[in-house]
Parts: sequence; structure tokens; C-alpha cells
Amino acid sequence: MYNGGKIIIGLLIFIGLVSFPFLYSGGKATAKPDPKIDTPEILSMPEKERKCVESKAFMKKEHMQLLNDWRDWVVRDGNTVYTNAEGKTFNMSLQNTCMKCHSNKAKFCDECHNYTAVKPYCWDCHLAPKEKKS
Amino acid sequence: MSVNRREFLKIVSMSTILSLGGVVSISSLKNHVEASQISRNAKALTAKRWAMVIDMSKFTSEEDYRKCIDACHREHNVPHVTDNPKHEIKWMWTDTYEHAFPGNEDKYLSEKIKHMPFLLLCNHCENPPCVRVCPTQATFKRKSDGIVMMDMHRCIGCRFCMAGCPYGARSFNYKDPRPYLDESRENPEFPTRMKGVVEKCTLCYERLAHGLLPACVEAAKEVAAKKGITPGLIFGDLEDPNSEVRRVLNERFTVRRKPELGTGPSVYYII
Repeated sequence: MYNGGKIIIGLLIFIGLVSFPFLYSGGKATAKPDPKIDTPEILSMPEKERKCVESKAFMKKEHMQLLNDWRDWVVRDGNTVYTNAEGKTFNMSLQNTCMKCHSNKAKFCDECHNYTAVKPYCWDCHLAPKEKKS
Repeated sequence: MSVNRREFLKIVSMSTILSLGGVVSISSLKNHVEASQISRNAKALTAKRWAMVIDMSKFTSEEDYRKCIDACHREHNVPHVTDNPKHEIKWMWTDTYEHAFPGNEDKYLSEKIKHMPFLLLCNHCENPPCVRVCPTQATFKRKSDGIVMMDMHRCIGCRFCMAGCPYGARSFNYKDPRPYLDESRENPEFPTRMKGVVEKCTLCYERLAHGLLPACVEAAKEVAAKKGITPGLIFGDLEDPNSEVRRVLNERFTVRRKPELGTGPSVYYII
């Protein structure tokens, strides 16, 4: 092998660099996000009515698409009422509908967004609910 | 089996067309399902073209104007920037006759009109130059009711619209507006803006959608009720011959700001 020593040293440095983040964190994964939906607003509702505008699975996967559609429908088309799959109607508004129930932005939005390093700029304009310190 | 160039191109183009067709049919189906789920609020106020008449005789003191401006700026969390006049944000403001109606001034204009503050706001033009110059369609005219809207999500802050607007009705957020808001007076129902977007009067589209009149019109009603007169701001549908606005326009002589520019303002003044 030509230049065997140099290649092996180079490979070792490469492996060291690649594995550094894993070794540095001690092989442990960061704590998984645990978003909370136990706000006083939600808990005060009767158990049967504790439902988001769509199913939990849909909201988990599609909330960004839904919010994006909502903003276009409201601002650009002037349609403000959303009827979900069950026929229930909602006023399409992040600030006035979503955050009325999910009044714990830090635990409900930020927890996952921080974990996945997603930085939506919603809160540059929309006012986050004033969280009650209990 | 060898494939010659002609056959290869045939296969590639056919498969592209087929796959494109598949994508289009899936997305249109999705749109169909979603479109059936949204509607207007049944209580919403509707018109073919919203317009306003401002009866200057009904405003007698500085406070009367201030009440309307305050109602608007409070409703929409408009920051009160005072440290640099160029950074001022205004949706509704007052100015003198010679600034509001340039070209109409007269050397011997009555002192009263010369010094009278005129209540100014976005004119929601029929042919808005700001919409024509906006590269992202962040400002657009709603076909349904003629409101010249701002989509703050889409504004890239290029300020072409400010150059295009002949009425100076648009303001640019040079700084983050949040520190200039009084937290105790902010309206939790309406967003603020961020640094780097243009904003202006939207004729309270969010209130109209819920069946409410614009904030300034309501404030003017309160002012008038105190004095026992009819309100100075008259709001209604310009295309409806039976509307309040058309009745007033029929009875009184009105002027518009810079009509010679051909923008077709929807705000009329009775002097």
C-alpha cells in the first residue's frame, strides 16, 4: 500500500470527527419532546368535547399545512369558517382559535419545534397567549 | 434489444406526461375535499365595493379625530413610534387641506378650511397603483368587495407600494414594532407586525368578516351620539344604489383626493 500510514491516520481522524457528536453526548439521545395539552381551558371542557379541529393523527402530521391553508383562506379569500370532518365549525385563526385552547405555547409548540430545530416565524407577529403561572 | 434515440425520447416523454397527470389529479382531489370545508361567516357584512364618506362638518375638535384614530390604532396594535418621524406607523391620520388636496389650494382659501385637519386613510382605490407594483402580490385588491388588502405573510418589504401610493397611506416597519406597543392596551385578537413589512389600513376586513363595522366608524358613531348629531363617517356599498353612502353622495357635493391620477379613490369628503 502506498502511503499506508498517511491513509490510516487520515481515516482515523475522519472516524473521530464523524463519531464525535455521538461520543460527546455519551451515547444518550436527547430527551424526547413531550408536548402537553392539559391547559386549564382544555380541562374545563367536558371530556367528549376535548377534540381539536381535526383528529390527533392528522394534526400531528398536517398542522403546518392546515395553518398555511387557513392563512390563505382567511387573508386572501375572505373565508373565515372551517367545517371539519365531523361537521363542527371553527373560526380559522391561529391566535384566536388554536391558542385559546392551547394556551401553553412553551409546552405545546416550542417543545417539539426546539427538538426538531424548526423555527416558524408565527410569533414574530401573532401574539402568544399570556401564560398563567400556576 | 437496443433502443435508438427516437424511441428513448418517446418513452421518457410519455412516462413524464403520465406521472404529471397522476400528480395533478391527486392534488386537485385534495383541493376539492378541502374546498368543501370552508365558508364565509353567515354574519359577515358584504358589499360589492366598500366606500366611506367623511363629513368634515361633524368633526369639530381635535379630540373627535383622535377618538377615531385611537380606535383604529388600538384595534390593530399599531405601534406609536415617536423617536423618528420617518419611522412613524399610521393607518389613519390627519393633515391640512393643502397636503390632502394638492392642486386645489387657493391663495384666498378660507382660514377655517386652510387649518382644518382632514382625516386621512387608505383610499382603497378602484385602480390601486400599489397592487400593480407589488412583486409578490402581498398587497392585492379583493375582487369580492374592493378592499385593498395586505398579506403580511407575503410582504418582503421592498417598499415599491409605498413609492406607488400617491396618498402616503403605507408605512414601513423599520424596527420591530413590539417595543412601541403599550402591553396593557394591545388587542389580543389581532396580530402585530414584524420588522421589515409594510402595513396600512385594511378597512377592518377582520371586523367585517364577523359582522362588525370598522373601528373608526364605530368611534365616529360614539362621538356623534354624545353630540346628538349624525356620525361623520358613513360607510357602505358604493355599488348599491340604496346604500347610505350612495344616498349621501346623491345629496351632497363631495371631493376625492387626487382624482386626476385615475386611481379611483373610494373615500369621499364633504367639506
